[in-house]
Amino acid sequence: MAATTARKAHRRRSPLLTALTAAMLVYSLVPLLWLVVNATKTQASLFDSFGLWFSGDFSLGANIADTLTYDDGVFVRWLRNTLLYVLLGAGGATVLATLGGYALAKFDFPGRRGVFAVVIGAVAVPGTALAVPTFLMFAKLGLTDTPWAVIIPSLVSPFGLYLMWTFAAQAVPGELMEAARVDGAGELRTFLRICVPLLAPGIVTVALFTMVATWNNYFLPLIMLKDPDWYPLTLGLNAWNDQAATAGGQPVFHLVITGSLLTILPLLAAFLLLQRYWQSGLAAGGVKD
Amino acid sequence: MTVLGPPTIQATGRAGRGSPARRRRAWTGWAFVGPFMAVFAFVFLAPIAYAVQLSLFRTRMIGGTSFVGLDNYERAFTDPQFWSAVGRVSLFLAVQVPVMLALALLVALAIDSGRLYGRAFFRVAVFMPYAVPAVVATLMWGFMYGSRFGLVGDLNDALGTSLPDPLSPDLILASIGNIVTWEFVGYNMLILYSALRTVPKSLYEAADIDGAGRLQVIRSIKLPAIRGALLIATIFSIIGSFQLFNEPSILQSLAPNVITTYFTPNLYAYSLSFSGQQYSYSATVAIVMGLLTAVVAYAVQLRAARRER
Repeated sequence: MAATTARKAHRRRSPLLTALTAAMLVYSLVPLLWLVVNATKTQASLFDSFGLWFSGDFSLGANIADTLTYDDGVFVRWLRNTLLYVLLGAGGATVLATLGGYALAKFDFPGRRGVFAVVIGAVAVPGTALAVPTFLMFAKLGLTDTPWAVIIPSLVSPFGLYLMWTFAAQAVPGELMEAARVDGAGELRTFLRICVPLLAPGIVTVALFTMVATWNNYFLPLIMLKDPDWYPLTLGLNAWNDQAATAGGQPVFHLVITGSLLTILPLLAAFLLLQRYWQSGLAAGGVKD
Repeated sequence: MTVLGPPTIQATGRAGRGSPARRRRAWTGWAFVGPFMAVFAFVFLAPIAYAVQLSLFRTRMIGGTSFVGLDNYERAFTDPQFWSAVGRVSLFLAVQVPVMLALALLVALAIDSGRLYGRAFFRVAVFMPYAVPAVVATLMWGFMYGSRFGLVGDLNDALGTSLPDPLSPDLILASIGNIVTWEFVGYNMLILYSALRTVPKSLYEAADIDGAGRLQVIRSIKLPAIRGALLIATIFSIIGSFQLFNEPSILQSLAPNVITTYFTPNLYAYSLSFSGQQYSYSATVAIVMGLLTAVVAYAVQLRAARRER
């Protein structure tokens, strides 16, 4: 921000450019607006009203109540599952990436370059290419259809590792670590007391991005889980949507729409509230060359 | 599964450049990187090894599992369904990725120019769709595409027109492209924008003194400065396109006759294992696709490196 104030002085704002960019803004926001508008409609008026404006009874409250109680409150169960996967999966991924990135940036150890090459190489492997063998492996170990099948693969984020590595390289001065060591602090203590606070913006960034990846995960739970009791929200919503297509199934489109809205709100809120952290984390750790 | 963001390619060079605090060469570092590597070996390396092993065998109802060498690979290379899927994602890649990255670049440049009203709002609002799960994005767009209570139906009613059905065989790929663009344009914009922010101010001042025009500044300062970020965004979009799965898989219930079980290579691998029980062949398809992705990503990187010289 501060960097731009100097430039602003001799750059005038342009209504034309603003209008042109606004087209992109409309494209980005209209589907979200559609979702909000239609979450206020009954299933009947979904079909016979204009999609981008409110119509009929304002039934957002009723829809939310229906979503939360339909089928014995299965939506709440899916929400709990999602939270569990995010907490353990994304939380664990953030811890592992922070420790690993810190090690790559600040220690010289045998095999360091090898670690780096293998992890970067793995990023290019299509994640879905691993899905089938991972499923078969987990099936042999008896892990499929348990929460672990979703949590364990979520624990590894090569992107997070990379981001923490570049971030730690810049954010933690070696002299500071040296000083702590001279004072007699152990490695773990140095890390926890000195380095973690310096790494905070990077950690928030990695946490947010792994959280999005876990919260939004669809393919992994799709192959790993059969029991709807362990579904995350994404699988559950898709199951509700498919319900209309199955014979004898009751269409619940209003619940799909309201459920979708409830699913995205926590993430949108997290991104908005933590803006300052992740934007600086990305800028510093991300993609300079 | 982690198709996030910008790990990198040039970084290899940077790893060598001694970072400041490299003191004694000791095993201490492993205490920190060890946990990551242990899980990594379990969920990345082991499945890759297992996939290679699977692809060399075949399981039959009668006779059990037998070693078949490269038979599965031979089958993949002459499998018309597999290649039609590859063709489809290649077409998708050739059209969707340039359009999305061009849009992302234009928005990033517009926001970086400092000539917008409310630029902070623009930046966050355009990025927002990234936080929407692919499932929700696809369901939303799927509803809007639909003629039942979708916007397309509304438009037809209002204008008395008959717009083509976005879920018809001719348009389905474009419709999926639109969903993917919507999801990721803001994310790519942010990557490019972050790179633009790292351009030193002094460069702009120098350009001002030299009387350089705006387009000239973009061409000679901004674009070269973000070449690395652009390359990363391109490579990640390529990987993403080749992995296309969620959007077509979810749209399947809306357009069951249009989206076949071999619509994309991943959908094909998925249906081979989970409805066909052909695990060996499915693993082979996945490996071939992984290799193809690596080759294309490498070629793009090589081209970019050459142009730089």
